[in-house]
Order: sequence, then C-alpha cells, then structure tokens
Amino acid sequence: MITKLNVASIYVLDKDEALDFYVNKLGLEKGNDVRQGSYRWLTVRVPGEGGTEISLEQPGPPLHDEATADRLRELIAKGALNGLVFITDNARELYETLKARGVTDFTQEPTDHFYGTDMGLRDPFGNPIRILQQGNVPQDATA
Amino acid sequence: MEDLNRRLLRARDAMDRAYAEPLDVRAVAAVAHISPAHFSRCFRAVFGETPHRYLQRRRVERSMFLLRETDRSVTDVCFDVGFTSLGTFSRTFREIVGETPSGYRNGHRPIVVPTCVQMANTRPRSAAPVVTRSSRFGEASAEAVSLT
Repeated sequence: MITKLNVASIYVLDKDEALDFYVNKLGLEKGNDVRQGSYRWLTVRVPGEGGTEISLEQPGPPLHDEATADRLRELIAKGALNGLVFITDNARELYETLKARGVTDFTQEPTDHFYGTDMGLRDPFGNPIRILQQGNVPQDATA
Repeated sequence: MEDLNRRLLRARDAMDRAYAEPLDVRAVAAVAHISPAHFSRCFRAVFGETPHRYLQRRRVERSMFLLRETDRSVTDVCFDVGFTSLGTFSRTFREIVGETPSGYRNGHRPIVVPTCVQMANTRPRSAAPVVTRSSRFGEASAEAVSLT
C-alpha cells in the first residue's frame, strides 16, 4: 500500500527565481538543494514535518532536447500546465501578507464558497497556485 | 516567446478576474504592454481565439454558473457578468451554448466541484461560428476598437 505522496514536480523557468518566490514570497521552506554535476535537485515544502517535497524542475537537457524545452517554456508561460493547491488556516490574512511581500499576480482575491474561502495567484513563470481555507465560511466574512 | 506568453497570460487573467466590469481591448492590451491591434493578433496566435471571444466565453461561463446556482433573473445575470445589453447576451449565449439562458436554467442543476475547477474546465467551447461584426467587448461605453 502506498503511504505518502513524497515528491511532486512543477516546471519553472529559473530555479533561483523560483526558490525566492516559493520561500520568500509564498512562505514555503527550502527542502533539498543538492548539486550533482550540472543538475541541481531543488525542492521546497510546506513548513513542518512530513510534507510533500515540491521539486522545482527546469526544462532542458539532458531530459529534453532544445526544441522540446522551448515548447515547454512556452507552455509554462501561457499558463497551460498544472500548478499547486495549498491549504491555509486563514485565507484573507495570508492574502494581505502576500500582498505586503510584493506578490501582485493574483488571479482571484479571497472568495467565499460552500467549501471554504479560496484565492488564486500565479508564480513568476505562469504556473497557477490555489490556496484554500477549508470549512464553513465564518459569519463575519464577506465575499 | 516566454516573455510574450507570460504577458498575454497576465492579460487573460485580467479578463478572468474583471469579466464583470466594462473592459475594452485597450485596457486589456495595456496589461500585456502591447498595442491593441498587435495584442489581438498575438492573443489569437497563443490562445487560439480572439480576446473578444475569450471574454465572451468567460462571461457566458459565469452566466451559466449563476443560472444554475442562483435564482437571479436572466436580466440580472446578464448585467452581473458584464453584458450591457440583454439582446447581445441572449444572442451570444445561444450561439455559444446552443440554447437560451432560461432553457439552460431549466435543464441544469448546481455542480458540486470547486469554482476554480469550473472556471477552468467548463468555459464553453462549442462550435459556434465566430462573430466578426462586433467591434467591442460588448459595452456601449467602450471605445470601438477592432478585436478580430
């Protein structure tokens, strides 16, 4: 039986820029940062124990030939690839925190639904990120 | 190429976010830092439809949501999603969905998946012919700029 989702990968256009965004802006923590030759195994994760490592991968050789890498970069930048969904304990508070840290690419401000309050943004490259506060919407919340 | 795509995506996001507001092509093109005429060509090349059509499908998708999930009148829904003319809304809805707004409402009940998933995956893609006569995003007050 499978017991855990250990690593999920997303494509980014630049690992340093991705690390800065996911750690300093979004508030994740750096996981692995290991170099082997020209390859850099770089992951971020939700702070705390036992979380899934999010591997930040750049298109390019040796995995992709240049034409394939070019195509992948174009797809990332036009938002055609899938992103990440996170859980927060307070969506509106986090929204203000992210704005204060300079995040500008919001695709949706915090919005109440029957399943909770969620918001949307994009990482610097175009990947979609959703952040959800689960559960019943508090009485004093506004849409 | 990536930089252009990223800017076009930012403009598309702006339409997804502000579909309910009066939007003209100048304002959306400005988000991408591209001239209006060049913007429409670039947008079509990257996303496969004109920005005008993209916005129409977004508005129609949101109207389908409101028709399914709320009791608001068809007229209210029309204005809620950014159309300024009931005639334009009804005609566009019929072209894209294949039935009238009230017909759609009668035949559909709420969908229980997250709204972001609905917005991403249920924006209608019917084979309706692209209407080229419209020169605006649908607002009477918007400046007339060709979007096609």
